[in-house]
Amino acid sequence: MSLINLIRIALKALQRNKLRAFLTMLGIIIGVGSVIAMVAIGQGSKQSIHDQLSNMGTNMITVQPASNLNGGVRIAGSSFQTLTIKDITALKAGAQYITEISPAVTSRGQAINGALNWPTTMSGVSTEYLDIRKLTIRDGIAFTQNDILTSAKVCLIGQTVIDNLFPNGENPIGKVIRFGRLPFQVIGVLSPKGFNAFGQDQDDILIAPYTTVQKRILATIYYSNIYASAANDGVTDAAVTEMTQILRESHRLTANEDNDFTVRTQQELIATLSSTSGLLTVLLTVVAGISLVIGGIGIMNIMYVSVTERTKEIGLRMSIGARGKDILMQFLMEAVIISITGGIIGVFIGFLSTQIVTLTLGWPTIISESSVVLSFVVCAVTGIFFGYYPAQKASRLDPIEALRYE
Amino acid sequence: MSKKILEIKDLKRDFIMGSETVHALRGISFNVNTGEFVTIMGSSGSGKTTLLNILGCLDKPTIGNYFLDGVDVKTLSRDELAMLRNHKIGFVFQSYNLLPRTTALENVELPLLYNKDVSAAERRERAVHALEAVKLADRFDHTPSQLSGGQQQRVAIARALVNEPVMILADEATGNLDSRTSYDIMALMQELNSAQGKTIVFVTHEPDIAAFSSRTIQLRDGQIQKDTQNENKRSAKEMLENLPAVEDY
Repeated sequence: MSLINLIRIALKALQRNKLRAFLTMLGIIIGVGSVIAMVAIGQGSKQSIHDQLSNMGTNMITVQPASNLNGGVRIAGSSFQTLTIKDITALKAGAQYITEISPAVTSRGQAINGALNWPTTMSGVSTEYLDIRKLTIRDGIAFTQNDILTSAKVCLIGQTVIDNLFPNGENPIGKVIRFGRLPFQVIGVLSPKGFNAFGQDQDDILIAPYTTVQKRILATIYYSNIYASAANDGVTDAAVTEMTQILRESHRLTANEDNDFTVRTQQELIATLSSTSGLLTVLLTVVAGISLVIGGIGIMNIMYVSVTERTKEIGLRMSIGARGKDILMQFLMEAVIISITGGIIGVFIGFLSTQIVTLTLGWPTIISESSVVLSFVVCAVTGIFFGYYPAQKASRLDPIEALRYE
Repeated sequence: MSKKILEIKDLKRDFIMGSETVHALRGISFNVNTGEFVTIMGSSGSGKTTLLNILGCLDKPTIGNYFLDGVDVKTLSRDELAMLRNHKIGFVFQSYNLLPRTTALENVELPLLYNKDVSAAERRERAVHALEAVKLADRFDHTPSQLSGGQQQRVAIARALVNEPVMILADEATGNLDSRTSYDIMALMQELNSAQGKTIVFVTHEPDIAAFSSRTIQLRDGQIQKDTQNENKRSAKEMLENLPAVEDY
């Protein structure tokens, strides 16, 4: 029997009982629909975490002073001062995997404009910092190398600080505000970035030349961090190794001494956070997979009933020349058509519900082709697997008994 | 020159029921030639059904040989038997056995779906032709529930004809019908037999029906009791015409 005839026979048999066929499909529809929707939501949240993190900086690598032993007492890294201009010079000279590098010193303090004030952080950085952290200037200009050389009292201002110091919508550019006791001229306004993945407000910031913060506010020669950009995603690990090597040399550490600094990448953070949401995806997928199996059992159940109910039809088909194989293929085909049609409808429902979730709840979703293909394949396999036993039962009927079955 | 379609030689069929062996057929031999219209008669328990199953290639003899159109049925596998049924036998059942919620045309097409040598267009054409032959040209799209018993049996006959079998095998084909419709069906059978030369083997227990055939084989206790040529065959068509007219018919 040709495949076309086989499909024709199976379709006609299903047509005779449309409602039942649909109800049988329902399990598969819900299974596939939920697999696709769940995976889409899981992938979406994973991607959005990834996006938020990489939004914090371009292939960003941070160097921090590490905790260290000082006479047997562990000292917190932040209070440890190891990073200096020497390190920056050494890195600039020796590291080939990093494209941009900036020291950073931070100081917390009160920003004041006339009667208004706001507690904020001032970051002292170099001109490359804006690129590394993906910060853009909405209005005004960035400070220059010259400002760094002269420790100029200029700053860039973040949106949250503007909201609090200039609540009436005045243009802050050119205005002089105070940070602690020191007056700063606002020369640029940063584009808002919103909250980062950890819930910190990235707009609550003032940015000034690092020399200004070091000399005029903190009176220190140390940096609190060094920020760098790896040339691209692929070389981040190489860049970390290289930087570690250079910094060890620059700090004159012997082979058996621990690093007095830590080098961290964006990737590590992404991996940590993604693994959490990855676990969620796995759990959701397992739940959805279980519903697919239940859908398959539904198919088996109905096919068994159908074989018993259509015993006489099977007898007739055999008497007019259907071989056992033809009957087997017919019932198998019916099961597969049910599961695949259910799969198609399920994919459609999955798309639809994903869109609804995105539109109503605003959750980011990504429909991955692999989940569509996978659930589709699982459907076909489910159909064959759960359809086989009933079909085999049908094909082994004795035509004489089947014809006389009442 | 008529050819032997059926050749049965000393055919026996035993069934093992628990510890007992039931001899359903105890040695039967007869031949049927092309163009014959044979009725097989017998009371229940005479082995009629067993013989029918063997003639229909649904069952195989325990001992003895059965040649259908020159093919030794005993040597065939289950699948080959199915193929033989598809190509050489047209079944007509007592309870019609049409697929429900399926049109007359699709019901008639059914045997051809299992014949891979027939294309879709040819299948449709032959089904239409078969339905026309049983005078149901205007009922193509009717489902069995929209047809009367007689019409359903005609569809079943068309289904039996569509594969151009060497033999039509009818099992109590008029058993569910009133006498008028029975005559109608028998008239159709006679026409197929005489006009188209179809070989018909008709199993029945009604002597009334046997009178329309050219030969009657009487079974009793698994053996042939009588095998008689019917000299004065009755015409079902005439019988039908002679029935008193029914006003609301």
